[in-house]
Amino acid sequence: MTGRAARATLLSVVLAVVLVGGVVLSAVTGQLPISPGEVVGSVLRAVGIQNDWAPDDRIVESTLWVVRFPRVAMALAVGAALAVAGAVMQAIFGNPLAEPGVVGVSAGGAFGASIAIVFGLTALGTGTVAVFAFAGGLAATLLVYFVSRSNGRTEVVTLLLTGIAVNAFAGAGLAFLIFVADSGSREQIVFWQLGSLNGSLWPEAAIVATVTVIGTIVAVTLGRRYDLLALGERNARHLGVNVEALRIGSIVLVALLTGVAVAFCGIIAFVGLVVPHVIRMAIGPGHRALLIASAVGGGALMVLSDLLARSLVAGSDLPIGLLTSLIGGPFFFYLLFRQRSKSGGWA
Amino acid sequence: MIRADRVGVDLSGTTVLDDVTIEVIRGEVLALVGPNGAGKSTLLGVLSGEHPPSRGSVTIDGRPIARIRSGELAKLRSVLTQENTVSFPFLVSEVVAMGRSPWARSEESRDDLAEVTAALGAADITHLADRRYTQLSGGEKARVAFARVLAQRTPVIFLDEPTAALDLRHQEDVMREARRLATNGAAVVVVLHDLSLASAYADRLALVAGGRLEAVGTPADVLTQQRVERVYGVRVHLHEVGGRPVVVPVRSAT
Repeated sequence: MTGRAARATLLSVVLAVVLVGGVVLSAVTGQLPISPGEVVGSVLRAVGIQNDWAPDDRIVESTLWVVRFPRVAMALAVGAALAVAGAVMQAIFGNPLAEPGVVGVSAGGAFGASIAIVFGLTALGTGTVAVFAFAGGLAATLLVYFVSRSNGRTEVVTLLLTGIAVNAFAGAGLAFLIFVADSGSREQIVFWQLGSLNGSLWPEAAIVATVTVIGTIVAVTLGRRYDLLALGERNARHLGVNVEALRIGSIVLVALLTGVAVAFCGIIAFVGLVVPHVIRMAIGPGHRALLIASAVGGGALMVLSDLLARSLVAGSDLPIGLLTSLIGGPFFFYLLFRQRSKSGGWA
Repeated sequence: MIRADRVGVDLSGTTVLDDVTIEVIRGEVLALVGPNGAGKSTLLGVLSGEHPPSRGSVTIDGRPIARIRSGELAKLRSVLTQENTVSFPFLVSEVVAMGRSPWARSEESRDDLAEVTAALGAADITHLADRRYTQLSGGEKARVAFARVLAQRTPVIFLDEPTAALDLRHQEDVMREARRLATNGAAVVVVLHDLSLASAYADRLALVAGGRLEAVGTPADVLTQQRVERVYGVRVHLHEVGGRPVVVPVRSAT
């Protein structure tokens, strides 16, 4: 117990340092170098504290507030949304390998978004693409859930095979849409498939942040029930959990969090796999602490990944989905390998 | 306390339980015995409110069990299932503390720590409290699950083959604990395969065979040589130890 408590404190400190460090680093890095002092000064001035550090240059000021800060805010929100969605998904599948990207929820969301783009649907206003992304994500989650579960648990093999099927189907749909689309829509779809935080705006970041905050709060309040679900569906029911309601609610939650992230930033895979896993190793599987720490850790990881994505190759903006998959792929393989050697098979 | 009246269960066209009337009484250990596939676990599921019966009724203190919300039911009865896997590496103490969850935000929750400590002691797993559940042996896992059920502190306790994975001493420990719970006023229903163990600790035996209740009563009444041989299809010797029947199969000397 004390070991875990000590590690929880350590983790909080590490996360706080990484988060603040990542945000400041993101703000100072770019084509226009800005000093950390100017960043802090500008933020302080914005909240009404006059100080000498604040930049006088209008260009510096607008670079911070129009380009870099919205992008950082978006990174934080998207990272948190994906990590929380991953942790919730793992809880309801009873399997640490469940992840929105792996099982095809993100692909479903991208497919939904692409339909709206290609056919120029605007029936629901500017949010149409986001609504379609959510619907696609929800459909994919429901499909995976009902196909791959049996007796309250999901075998690794079934989960992965279902993921392959859903990804293949969504991939075919995307390919068809790319085929019929005009070149403008085509570019947008490719952007969706690769994932990027480029060109994030305040209103978009605000939408994602709102959904993320609400979704995280809901997930944390359900945390105790997710703990009980780890005992298996029957035992959870014997302990008074309304398992069916919890499952359906959680599926909607996962689709919402993933859908909103995909709608604005495209497919960014493996965040929901890596972050909860690392946190579980550090502080144990208790879901309330896990979900809160995953939200913070997801945000921190995404800020750092985005920083890498836009500074790794000078003058160009790498797709962030490429980067997370580059790290997440081998990590996923390592998890699979470990689970196989532990249980003596792929079951 | 819990009463099943003429219940029957059909599963995909086959009748697995038919016309069973039985009552679970406070202060008593009731053992469900019978051959594999006889319907013991199904009966346990019906009595605990997990399976709604296809026919007949189940009531708890006169109220239909199906109408009781799962949150309230969790304060009335606990269930030890045969399979107890845990998806994530929770600590043993955390798993046992989950047994307290039905009492969250109630007055009883102030006893949480004491109940968990007592349950760890009763199941002889205090020394495992800080270990990860996923690293335990089968028998240790079974005792952790038993402790979780004890921590739930319900007036009715269902145990589905609680001794299956346990060594001799822990089998006795579990049954003694079940006995103690009944003496303190709980109703304990336990599915057992070992007829001698059931006979030694139960107030009443219910012998289930072919989905029907073959006999209910004291161990001496139920376990007659003729009945056991007919139901199990094996020749047995019946001995008596401490006033209770002990069943030993006839084994040809080799």
